[in-house]
Amino acid sequence: MQHLIDRLMGRNTPPSSAQIAKERLQLVLVHDRLDLAPDKLKEMEEEILDVISKYVHFDRSNVAITVEQRKRNSWLVADIPLKADE
Amino acid sequence: MGARVITVTSGKGGVGKTTVTANICVALAAMGKKVVAIDADIGLRNLDVILGLENRIVYDIVDVVEGRCKLRQAMIKHKAYSELYLIPAAQTRDKTAVSPSDMLDITAKLREEYDFILIDSPAGIERGFRNAVAPSDEVLIVANPEVSSVRDADRIIGLLEAEEKGPGKLIVNRVKMDMIRRGEMLSMDDVVDILAISLIGVVPEDDEVLTSSNRGEPAAGNSNSKAGQAFRNIARRLNGEEVPFMSLDQSEGFVQRLVRLLFGTTNSAS
Ligand SMILES: Nc1ncnc2c1ncn2[C@@H]1O[C@H](COP(=O)(O)OP(=O)(O)OP(=O)(O)O)[C@@H](O)[C@H]1O
Ligand SMILES: [Mg+2]
Repeated sequence: MQHLIDRLMGRNTPPSSAQIAKERLQLVLVHDRLDLAPDKLKEMEEEILDVISKYVHFDRSNVAITVEQRKRNSWLVADIPLKADE
Repeated sequence: MGARVITVTSGKGGVGKTTVTANICVALAAMGKKVVAIDADIGLRNLDVILGLENRIVYDIVDVVEGRCKLRQAMIKHKAYSELYLIPAAQTRDKTAVSPSDMLDITAKLREEYDFILIDSPAGIERGFRNAVAPSDEVLIVANPEVSSVRDADRIIGLLEAEEKGPGKLIVNRVKMDMIRRGEMLSMDDVVDILAISLIGVVPEDDEVLTSSNRGEPAAGNSNSKAGQAFRNIARRLNGEEVPFMSLDQSEGFVQRLVRLLFGTTNSAS
């Protein structure tokens, strides 16, 4: 019943095909715009992290590296929580 | 002063470049502007039939480039609009028969006398596209609200930016409001979000586009259709007027959503 109410209120519905299309487009355009395939981007990220790890400590599972689109520009954004030296 | 040269392009084929070009030309001519339409789709000539001028072609753009006629001899005057001319593409040649510098020469000769020169680009990103954008002051990018068209539009925008012609303005064509309401089609807002360029027109899917093409009388000329209105609005915006985007449909209210979710349909025609 709650599910029906949610649907009637336009909440919590499974993603529509238009939403899926938008998300897929946003993803594929990241790579189109950079002219960089997903596996190459991954490779670059790993290399960057290798370099950083030579200087400071951090937990690789806490790292978020993303390519953000601001207007039509791409920004490589790295969010790397550093650990205090033990 | 002088003409503004506006190229209509898309990357992907069949999204409505020729339709948009013909309709904007007719709408501008109806506003009293002096307009030249150039068909840059060499080998696949179409703007002539959409404008209803196919029976009057003697010379084409390749004849001009190769010196078989004067530019004026290849300019076909429209029957209904005395200040609208078409320079047709050649039908039996390929895109290499014309170069970007030929396009610059031709438009340079016309700039002084006309208000708008519209160039209908072929699909693709090759020579024909480069011919079409070489002389342009402004570019209109036509996209349909579907993944491959939007992706190709993004590629075109990237190429235009690289040539410092960009980013261009967006026309979203063949919009179906009933599908958008059901979440089954990208909305114009989605397309604008993704491409991040400014919107100059939204044209609904409209049977009138086909029937007016059948007759060779673009919908912008006289019909009261929604598409015709949308094309006239684009022409007015190009002319510098502030024209609000027309509502193509009422937004779905609670009752309509209730009906749709309970019965899987809506009762409102769009
Ligand atoms: N808003 C619309 N509503 C309905 N049909 C449309 C609309 N816009 C275009 N069409 C139809 O889509 C088809 C393709 O249009 P058009 O020839 O203008 O595309 P194009 O981009 O010029 O194609 P090409 O890449 O081959 O040059 C035509 O049959 C046309 O009537
Ligand atoms: Mg065409």
